[in-house]
Amino acid sequence: MVTQIADIENAHTMCVLVDNEPGVLARVIGLFAGRGYNIESLTVAEVNIVDNLSRINIVTSGTPMVIEQIKAQLERLVPVHRVSDLTVEGPHVKREVALVKVHSSGEKRVESLRIADIFRARTVDSTNVSFVFEIVGDTGKLDAFINLMVPLGLIDVSRTGVAAIARGVTVLEHE
Amino acid sequence: MSKNQLSGAQILLKALNDQGVDVIFGYPGGAVLPIYDELFKQNKIKHILVRQEGGAVHAAEGYARSTGKVGVVLVTSGPGATNAVTGLLDAMMDSIPLVCICGQVPTHLIGNDAFQEADTTGITRPCTKHNYLAKDIDILARQIHEAFLVAKSGRPGPVVIDLPKDVMMAQGDYISSAKVIHKSYRPQIKGDISKIEEAVKVIAGAKKPIIYAGGGVINSGPQASQLLNQLVQMTDFPCTLTLMGLGALPASDKHFLGMLGMHGTYEANMAMHDCDVMLCVGARFDDRVTGRTDAFSPNSTKIHIDIDPSSINKTINVDIGIVGDVGHVLEDMIKVWKSGQNRCDEKSIKSWWKTINKWRERKSLSYDKDATVIKPQYAIERLYELSKKHNEVYITTEVGQHQMWAAQHFHFEHPNRWMTSGGLGTMGYGLPAAIGVQLAHPKALVVDIAGEASILMNMQEMSTLVQHNLPVKVFILNNECMGMVKQWQELLHGGRCAESYMQALPDFVKLAEAYGGVGLRATKKEQLDSVIGEMIASDRPVIADIAVDPKENCFPMIPSGAAHNEILFSAADKLGAEVSEDGMVMV
Ligand SMILES: Cc1cc2nc3c(=O)[nH]c(=O)nc-3n(C[C@H](O)[C@H](O)[C@H](O)COP(=O)(O)OP(=O)(O)OC[C@H]3O[C@@H](n4cnc5c(N)ncnc54)[C@H](O)[C@@H]3O)c2cc1C
Ligand SMILES: Cc1ncc(C[n+]2csc(CCOP(=O)(O)OP(=O)(O)O)c2C)c(N)n1
Repeated sequence: MVTQIADIENAHTMCVLVDNEPGVLARVIGLFAGRGYNIESLTVAEVNIVDNLSRINIVTSGTPMVIEQIKAQLERLVPVHRVSDLTVEGPHVKREVALVKVHSSGEKRVESLRIADIFRARTVDSTNVSFVFEIVGDTGKLDAFINLMVPLGLIDVSRTGVAAIARGVTVLEHE
Repeated sequence: MSKNQLSGAQILLKALNDQGVDVIFGYPGGAVLPIYDELFKQNKIKHILVRQEGGAVHAAEGYARSTGKVGVVLVTSGPGATNAVTGLLDAMMDSIPLVCICGQVPTHLIGNDAFQEADTTGITRPCTKHNYLAKDIDILARQIHEAFLVAKSGRPGPVVIDLPKDVMMAQGDYISSAKVIHKSYRPQIKGDISKIEEAVKVIAGAKKPIIYAGGGVINSGPQASQLLNQLVQMTDFPCTLTLMGLGALPASDKHFLGMLGMHGTYEANMAMHDCDVMLCVGARFDDRVTGRTDAFSPNSTKIHIDIDPSSINKTINVDIGIVGDVGHVLEDMIKVWKSGQNRCDEKSIKSWWKTINKWRERKSLSYDKDATVIKPQYAIERLYELSKKHNEVYITTEVGQHQMWAAQHFHFEHPNRWMTSGGLGTMGYGLPAAIGVQLAHPKALVVDIAGEASILMNMQEMSTLVQHNLPVKVFILNNECMGMVKQWQELLHGGRCAESYMQALPDFVKLAEAYGGVGLRATKKEQLDSVIGEMIASDRPVIADIAVDPKENCFPMIPSGAAHNEILFSAADKLGAEVSEDGMVMV
């Protein structure tokens, strides 16, 4: 007799090790789209040139039953070597990069620089009327920074999405 | 170019030979001509020309399901590939191993809206287990071998190889299947022994147990059916089967409660609802089986054996999920059971059987046997009785009421004898599927139990039967309406039978004759046996048009969205309450 598991939706960070072959990303995205799962963020890049493997980091949300399904469905894809749900499996680090463009002058311009300094954002482009800041951090930090920039002339944002890795010696291995 | 190099088309045929393929189902076109040219030059592999690509896929499904081997399909690019899509999804839903080779425009034209170009890998991605765009001649042989491996291992399914014409004509090296292992795909075959031990403990303590087994037992191979049988005899537990599982336990076994689910027996559904331990073996808690999930078997401890981890806890939460192949897990389970000298709670099981036998007395599959018209159930019963003397009988079906009556009234003693479209419910499946079955079992009696609406969906395949001398028998329960649709309209839409009548039906006898087959007809009860007899005796393709009672509906029925114990037994039974909106949206 299974006691009803709460219908609470939580965000989970999953890392997926896949063969770096054409169409593999389409399979992963198609699975989420076709089965109605959320993708909050997704990053992908080759991480192992010798074995031709890519790592996909996905932030998704759902009830525990849905999250278990997502993991099982990902594992079912033929080019997938391994799936790890970092949120369940233990301590981990998550980072993303944002490029944040503000258009302002006078006091607002100065204030944006000051805040960038507090957040340890770097200025990677500047004109007389604009800055582009590069900021690295977890999603919460980036959200906070971007929110502060709204009244200071924020006009454009580009974010990479989350890259994540387990703390300690745990690795996302393949056979 | 080294001397041993072969063209892509030659590599394909060599790989098919290597994989033990003896027959492929296909239809030619510009993008596959190099392959047809190679087929022409050899005589190891038999090519069965169908009349529409959809037929080729269903034929391969019938072949695969009745043999346990991989079915192979060959179609051309564009419309050839898109015609195959329904069959691919059908195979996906019912876990049927297929390899479908599609022609594609030459590599340099891909993406150009070239003549008969389709994004075949894009279109088939969600309806295949895996697919390949084979752009590289150097890895073609490997990809073909991989495709077979993926199709048949783990949870079986269809695999597409989209093969551009220039690759068919390029030269490359062959590698044999023995050299190919898959980089990433490793389905789990053996079950976790600690979970199996835990499951055995639960089973030994059961007072009101049930075994609910499905298509996974058939997928696992005949050995798995034997093990299931052994487990049933050892424990004296009742066992019910899904539509896809029929034949996994002999229908004549006293432990068999019949099919469960929407059109399952009263005893099977009641036992599922009231049990305290449920052992699910290779079945997937489909919504036709569970009904309302919140009311599904509310008080049971559930054990689920399935090779696909995504089947476990998908719709129903279970207490013990065992990932592995049915055959391997059952074998271990029986070993653990015996080594621990486990015994069931015999007293409780006895009293459970008493309860079940009371439900059995309800005789939920009964119908009016004295009717003067031919009742569809009676027609199936007669077909079953009269085909008994044939020692090898295979049944395929179309989709609708006739399919359910066949499931209820035709009885299967062996696995792989029953081919039906369960998950997708594809009308037009049965006739082409029968082609594949008859090819694999030339001496067997192969009957497609059909409805007059479904049969028209792939009627053209009669021509294939005649061409290849395949004596398939099409047994039409002709009720002159889309019975299953009408039944739902009567139940849920105030009897407004919109568009569910079959007007302008062809004369099926003449139609059979026009194709070069035999046409028979029974309109009266007393003609039935002789028509069936004549049909069975014929060594040619036959259509037997049986005029059955058009008013008959299929019972018992659990309306969609209802619980297992809310069963309708006959047309006289009205729905207890208004069907809820949740129920109405179900299909
Ligand atoms: C008109 C209509 C009415 C229907 N009514 C009913 C009904 O009343 N009752 C009913 O039961 N069905 C009914 N169906 C069929 C229903 O839709 C499903 O197709 C069916 O219930 C699924 O059967 P299954 O659970 O055995 O799963 P299958 O679809 O056969 O799936 C097999 C399961 O076993 C697993 N598996 C595969 N191979 C192995 C292996 N080697 N080892 C372990 N596990 C394995 C798979 O992962 C999968 O989870 C109806 C269909 C139609 C068209
Ligand atoms: C390709 C396809 N289209 C539509 C349906 C929906 N459908 C299910 S049963 C049915 C009627 C089948 O009629 P018939 O073949 O005469 O069988 P009967 O129910 O009368 O036995 C229809 C239209 C389907 N299952 N498949």
